[in-house]
Amino acid sequence: MRRIYLDHAATTPTRPEVVKSMLPFFTDAFGNASSIHSYGQEAKGAIEDARTKVAELIGARSEEIVFTSGGTEADNYALKGVAYANEHKGNHIITTTIEHHAVLAVCKFLERRGFRITYLPVDKYGLVATDDVKRAITDKTILVSVTHANNEVGTIEPVEEIGKIAREAGVYFHSDAVQTVGHIPVNVDKLKADLLAISAHKFYGPKGVGALYVRKGTRLVSLMHGGEQEKRRRAGTENVPGIVGLGKAVELAGQEMGKEAERLTYLRDKLIKGLMEKIDHIRLNGHPTRRLPNNINVSVDFVEGESLLLNLDLEGICASTGSACSSASLEPSHVLLALGLPPEQAHGSLRFTLGRENTEADVEQVLEVLPGIVAKLRAMSPLLKSQK
Amino acid sequence: MTDVWSLYSEKVMEHFKNPRNVGEIENPDGVGHVGNPVCGDIMELYIKVKDDIIADAKFKTFGCGAAIATSSIVTEMVKGKRIEEALKISNRAVAEALDGLPPVKMHCSVLAEEALRSAIEDYLEHQKLKRQT
Repeated sequence: MRRIYLDHAATTPTRPEVVKSMLPFFTDAFGNASSIHSYGQEAKGAIEDARTKVAELIGARSEEIVFTSGGTEADNYALKGVAYANEHKGNHIITTTIEHHAVLAVCKFLERRGFRITYLPVDKYGLVATDDVKRAITDKTILVSVTHANNEVGTIEPVEEIGKIAREAGVYFHSDAVQTVGHIPVNVDKLKADLLAISAHKFYGPKGVGALYVRKGTRLVSLMHGGEQEKRRRAGTENVPGIVGLGKAVELAGQEMGKEAERLTYLRDKLIKGLMEKIDHIRLNGHPTRRLPNNINVSVDFVEGESLLLNLDLEGICASTGSACSSASLEPSHVLLALGLPPEQAHGSLRFTLGRENTEADVEQVLEVLPGIVAKLRAMSPLLKSQK
Repeated sequence: MTDVWSLYSEKVMEHFKNPRNVGEIENPDGVGHVGNPVCGDIMELYIKVKDDIIADAKFKTFGCGAAIATSSIVTEMVKGKRIEEALKISNRAVAEALDGLPPVKMHCSVLAEEALRSAIEDYLEHQKLKRQT
């Protein structure tokens, strides 16, 4: 059976060009970048080359890029790093209710250790109000952290305005840009970002590698102590093949993302329109236009997300849900709840995230298969009856 | 490598794909209604009882794959059983009948046991009222 992968927000396949660029650094060019000899210098050169590429893509200087093990580490480094380096200035951090767990769980951790966190609400589309940011800033505020675009519903936040507000107040601004870098233009100066998290595997790079942009002059403590790698900002022998792969993925994204975003936006809107036409009692989650080019998130009334996913999987279609049943916590997606969805609609959510390999035929296949699945599950749903 | 990677056992998937006894029973002798929208699982279990034996059982479920499979198998397990035997069906027995459930899904088997118990209690309550009148 032909499998259709529609879960690119979870991860993407590593592009063959990326894999090819990485391979020599496992074998022939295996050196430790800290070594003086030619092997070491070869590895070091490759790392610096990748650093330049990452910096160029986001309008930064190469010395402002710190390689990490991925988006989660980058977010941890930004939040804990700023919090513990600026304790003398204040203990207040502002974030939102729809951040990725890599930000939210860190905020909870800091809260237990004496920091005060403001979680800004969002509107029904998932948008943060810039006025709320302004109002939340106090003389104790040291950091504002707002995601560039939400990973579940795809809403693109007004980060440029938020960055401006933070800058004017003299507060650091961090943005989790894991869902946007490599997909839509990201420029750290436009965003007025002091910190920005990047993950390679979200744009056809390898897993286990990412980066944190750190604006020159930003005070933050390291998470990893040991050797002097990454100018003492992140100890540990560099993941050279991973970093090279990240560099290659960045290079390819820079060349192709404009056209690709246009193509995906067309497919996205076709799928949204088709779903609305073919299935009744269905609604779009997130913003209709301020939205990632590849994100489709809908709630299907009266049915539960995991059972939708399993049925789609049986048809070879791989998607995702915000239903509790897919997690150990039994809590539905915090993002969908923050948008104001009642729990049963959050449980009935379905996310399709498109990518490079997807075609119009894939979108048509979803539209062909999903209405039948919904009808089958609704026939056994006790919720439908109570609505009549 | 296996051809198909699945979260669930083949038995769970079989019941999920072809759930048995879906629907409602008209004039049931007992109805069990458990779960709530917040936790994401709602089960309704209907039973028809004749001479102290469960003659028919049907279900309606809003929930994940495990919730649908446990509902389906519990209707199969109770049919033809005496009320007191049916009351002894535990959530473990439900899970075992499905060749096991992932640990995070064990609550679905608990829900199936509760739905059954609730349907039987509803039936016994009606019986009591009948005897009193």
